[in-house]
Amino acid sequence: MKITDSIIEKHGLKLDEYTKIKDLLKREPNLLELGIFSAMWNEHCSYKSSRIHLKNLPTKGINVIQGPGENAGVIDIGDNDAIIFKIESHNHPSYIEPYQGAATGVGGILRDVFTMGARPIALLNSIHFGSPDHFKTKSLLNGVVSGIGGYGNCIGIPTVAGETKFNSTYNENILVNAMAVGHAKKDKIFYSKAKGLNKSVVYVGSKTGRDGIHGASMASAEFDENSEKKKPTVQVGDPFTEKLLMEACLELMKDNSIISIQDMGAAGLTSSSVEMASKGELGMELDLEKVPCREENMSPYEMMLSESQERMLIILEDEKEKEAKKIFEKWDLDFVVIGKTTNTNNLTLKYKNKLVGEIPIDALASKAPMYNRKWEKTNLPEKKINIKDLKKVKLEDALLKILSSSNQSNKNWITEQYDQMVMCDTAQKSGTDAAVIRIHNKEKAIAVTVDSSANYCKAHPLTGGKQIVCESWRNLISVGAKPIAITNCLNFGNPENPKIMGEFAECILGIAEACEFLDFPVVSGNVSLYNGTNKKSIFPTPVIGGVGLIKNTKNKINHSLKKEGNIIIQVGKTFGHLYQSVFFDEIHSIKEGPPPEVNLTNEKNNGETILKLLEKNLLFSVHDVSAGGMLLSLAEMSLSSNLGLKIERPKELSNIMEYYFGEDQGRYLIEIEKKNTDVIQKILKENNIFNEIVANVQKDYFEVVGELKIKINDLYNINNKWYYNY
Amino acid sequence: MNSSVIVFPGSNCDRDVAIALEKLEFKNKMVWHKETSLPKSDLIVIPGGFSYGDYLRSGAIAGKSNILNEVIKAANNGCLILGICNGFQILTEAGLLKGVLLRNQKLKFIGKDVSTKVITNDNRFFKKYANEQILKMNIAHNEGNYYTDQDHLKALEDKNLIALKYCDEKGNTNKENNPNGSLNNIAGIFNDKKNILGMMPHPERMVDNVISNRDGVNLFSSLLN
Repeated sequence: MKITDSIIEKHGLKLDEYTKIKDLLKREPNLLELGIFSAMWNEHCSYKSSRIHLKNLPTKGINVIQGPGENAGVIDIGDNDAIIFKIESHNHPSYIEPYQGAATGVGGILRDVFTMGARPIALLNSIHFGSPDHFKTKSLLNGVVSGIGGYGNCIGIPTVAGETKFNSTYNENILVNAMAVGHAKKDKIFYSKAKGLNKSVVYVGSKTGRDGIHGASMASAEFDENSEKKKPTVQVGDPFTEKLLMEACLELMKDNSIISIQDMGAAGLTSSSVEMASKGELGMELDLEKVPCREENMSPYEMMLSESQERMLIILEDEKEKEAKKIFEKWDLDFVVIGKTTNTNNLTLKYKNKLVGEIPIDALASKAPMYNRKWEKTNLPEKKINIKDLKKVKLEDALLKILSSSNQSNKNWITEQYDQMVMCDTAQKSGTDAAVIRIHNKEKAIAVTVDSSANYCKAHPLTGGKQIVCESWRNLISVGAKPIAITNCLNFGNPENPKIMGEFAECILGIAEACEFLDFPVVSGNVSLYNGTNKKSIFPTPVIGGVGLIKNTKNKINHSLKKEGNIIIQVGKTFGHLYQSVFFDEIHSIKEGPPPEVNLTNEKNNGETILKLLEKNLLFSVHDVSAGGMLLSLAEMSLSSNLGLKIERPKELSNIMEYYFGEDQGRYLIEIEKKNTDVIQKILKENNIFNEIVANVQKDYFEVVGELKIKINDLYNINNKWYYNY
Repeated sequence: MNSSVIVFPGSNCDRDVAIALEKLEFKNKMVWHKETSLPKSDLIVIPGGFSYGDYLRSGAIAGKSNILNEVIKAANNGCLILGICNGFQILTEAGLLKGVLLRNQKLKFIGKDVSTKVITNDNRFFKKYANEQILKMNIAHNEGNYYTDQDHLKALEDKNLIALKYCDEKGNTNKENNPNGSLNNIAGIFNDKKNILGMMPHPERMVDNVISNRDGVNLFSSLLN
C-alpha cells in the first residue's frame, strides 16, 4: 500500500518526521512499520517535547536505587527493603469513558510497580474535574471514582490517599493521575533491560484484542476496509486478570528465571519489545502468529498496536520455560514464547513465515525526534489590590463559605468508596496530611501523599513548581516521616504554544530547584501534554507524589486534636499573602496576582525542626498550613477530632483576613502541652524559627474570640453539606 | 487447632486472615481452589475478595467450585466454617447459609469502620464477647445488603441465629446506622447448628492496635480449644 500524506497525518506524524523515518530506514516504511513509528514517536512514548527539560530534574541521591527510565523509580529504605513507585496520567481516556479510563489508569500503574518485583502496597490518585456546575462534571466524577475504586478494591490493594479538585479549566479535559507504591527486597529488583542472545521472549497475561488500538491509527486505510471491526480506543480493564497476573509474576520472581520483564502499557507489544531490546542493545525477533488473540483475523498491525490490558513480556533464562509455564497455567493465564533476542539490533516481525516488518531499534528509541520548542517566560504578576478597597465580609461568613465549598469540603464520600484497609498495613488513612503504610512484618512504615497547586502554577510556574514540592515535603513531615523522594505527573497543555511550553519549562525549573535544595530527588514520572480542547489549554498542573520513611509505625502522628487544655503553636511566619488564595477565589472571585513566595531555606529548616520536636516526643498533633491558610488548617484539626479550639486574635493586626487566610508557605501548626511551651519555643528560637501561640484546645466549640463561636458538630455538618446537596 | 483458608483466584483477604490466625497460634494451611481434598481442619475460613472476579454474581462461581464440595462435606460433619465478606456471599451461594447479599442500597462500594453489636454469645464464635458488646469493625463491600424471606427471618430471630447487627456507638440499631440497607441491620448470621458463621465485617482487620483496634481478636481466640 502506498503511504500517502493523509495516512501519515492520520498517524499523528508530521511530514518532516516521515522524511526522517525514510532516512533512518533508507526506504519507505510499510503500513505496519509506519504504525510502529507513530506509536513510538508520539509524545506519550518519545517525550519528544519534554525530554530536553526533564534533564534538569535532580534524580540522584543516597537513597535512590533507580531513577527515571525504568518502569518505576526505586528507593532504599534500609534493611534490604526497597520502595518502588510511580505516578501516571490517564486523562484523555478518562474523559471519553470515565469508568474504564480511570480503572485502566490504576491497572497500568500497578503493572509498572509489580513488573519490577514489588508487591504493590498502596494506591493514590489526584483527580481534577471541571466546575461542579458543568453538565459533564457529575457523571465524570462518579465514573472516575467508581473506576478507581472498582479496580483497586477488586485487586486488593488499598487506595489510601488522594486529592479531588474542581476548576473550570478542566471542563473539557479532566485529569486522572494514579500512583502506585510497592515494596520489594533490594536484592530482588527486576529491570526491563534485555540480556543475552537467543533468549526466549515470552508473552504472558490476557489475550490481545482490538481494544485500545492507537486512536490516530484507527482511521488508516487498512481499517477503512473493515470498519465494522473498529472498537473504541479506550482500553477495557479487568482487575481480576491483573490480580492473577500479579500473583503469577510475583511467584515466578521468587527464583531466578527472569532476565528482564516489561509490562505492555501504552503502545502495547511495540513499546515493550522495543524498550527491552533498546536498553539491552540487542535485536528482537517476534513471530506474530503466536500472539494469543482474543478475536479472529487480527492483523500484525493490530497486534503490534493493541493496548489490551493485563499483559507482560518476559525474557527468560534458558531451560526455565517449563517451570515458568507451570506457574502461569496454575493462574489460568496465557504463556507463549513469541520470539527471541537477536544480535541484529533490529525489531524483526514475522507473520505466517513471512517477514512483515524490520526496523532498527535505535530508530524507534534513541533516534526518535527530540524538540527544543520555543518557550516564553511568565513574569511574576503584580500585586494590584488594596484589601481595604474590597467589600467587607465577616470572618465567620468567609470561613463557613470556604468550608462548604466544592474544593474544601470533606471528601469522605469519595474515600469511603475505596477499600483502604485490605492488606492490613494501613496505619493512617486518607483525610490526613499523608497516609501511613506499615512495611509488612516490620516496625517501619512509609508515608505517601499526592499534591498539586494549579492556581499557583498558572500565576507563576517557577514559584508554583517549587511550592508543590514543598507542600509534598511538608505533608510527609506532618505525619512524622523523613521525606525521601518524589514521582511527578506533569499535566500541561499544547507544547506547540510557546506560552504553554514556557509553563512546562519553568514548572520543571521550580520543581528541580526545590528538589535539589530539599534533597528530595525525582525517581520516576510521566508527562501528559496536549491537555485542552479547541486550543484552550488547561492550567499547568504538575502533580507530585511524595514518599517518606517513618522508623517505627508507632511514631506516626496526625492532625486531629488530642487533649483539652493543650495549646497550638504556629511554626513559621504569617505575612498575609492573599493573591491566588482560596479566600480571594471563593470570597472575592479574585484570580489575579502572584502565588505566595517560597523560601526554601525556611522550608527546610522548619520541616527539619518539626522532625526534631517529634523525636523528642513533644508534639500531640501536627498539621501543615496550606490552601485556605491558618484558620482553615485549625478548623481541619478540630473537624478530625471531637475537640474545639479557642483562637485568640493577636492585639495588633493590620488585617484579620490576611492573618487568618493568608497562604504564606513553610508553616505548621503543632499541638503541645502547656508545660512544654518554654522548651519548645526555645528549640524553635535556637533554630531561628518565628513562632506564636495561636489557640487553646477546648471542648465542643470552634471559636475565634470576638469573631465566631461554632459547635463542632455544626462545623462538621457545614463541611459535609456540599456533597449531599450536589 | 488446625485451620484452612480457601484461596480462590481473586481472593484478596486470604493473607490477612492467615496472619490473624497464625498470630493466635492456629496451625494454618492455605488451600488452593483446584484442590479436591481438604487438609485436616477444625476451622475453615473463606476469606474476602473478589473470587473469580465476582463475575456473574458475587460468590456465584466460587459457590459451585470443586473445593466447595469438600467444604460442604466438612460443614455437614460439624467443622467450624467462617465466611468473611466475599466468603459470606460464597456461603449463601453454596447454600450453606440462607438468604442473599444484594447490592448496597445506595449502589456504591462502602469501605469504612462501623459499629456492630454482638447479638448472641451463645456459640463457638462469640463466646469470649459479652452479649450486646459493641465492636468497631471495618467493612468493605459492594454487596452486603442481606435479604431473606419473612419465614427465614423469623427463624433467625427465634433460634437466635443472628450473630451481628450494625448499630451506632451506643448500640442502637436503626436505619441511620445501617450502612448498606441490610434487613434488620443484619451484619452476620449462623446456620441452624451454629457451626457456620457468615459476616460482612472483617474481623481479621481488627487484631492490631497499630493499624486499627483489637476488637476482632476474641472471635478467633474463641475458636481455639
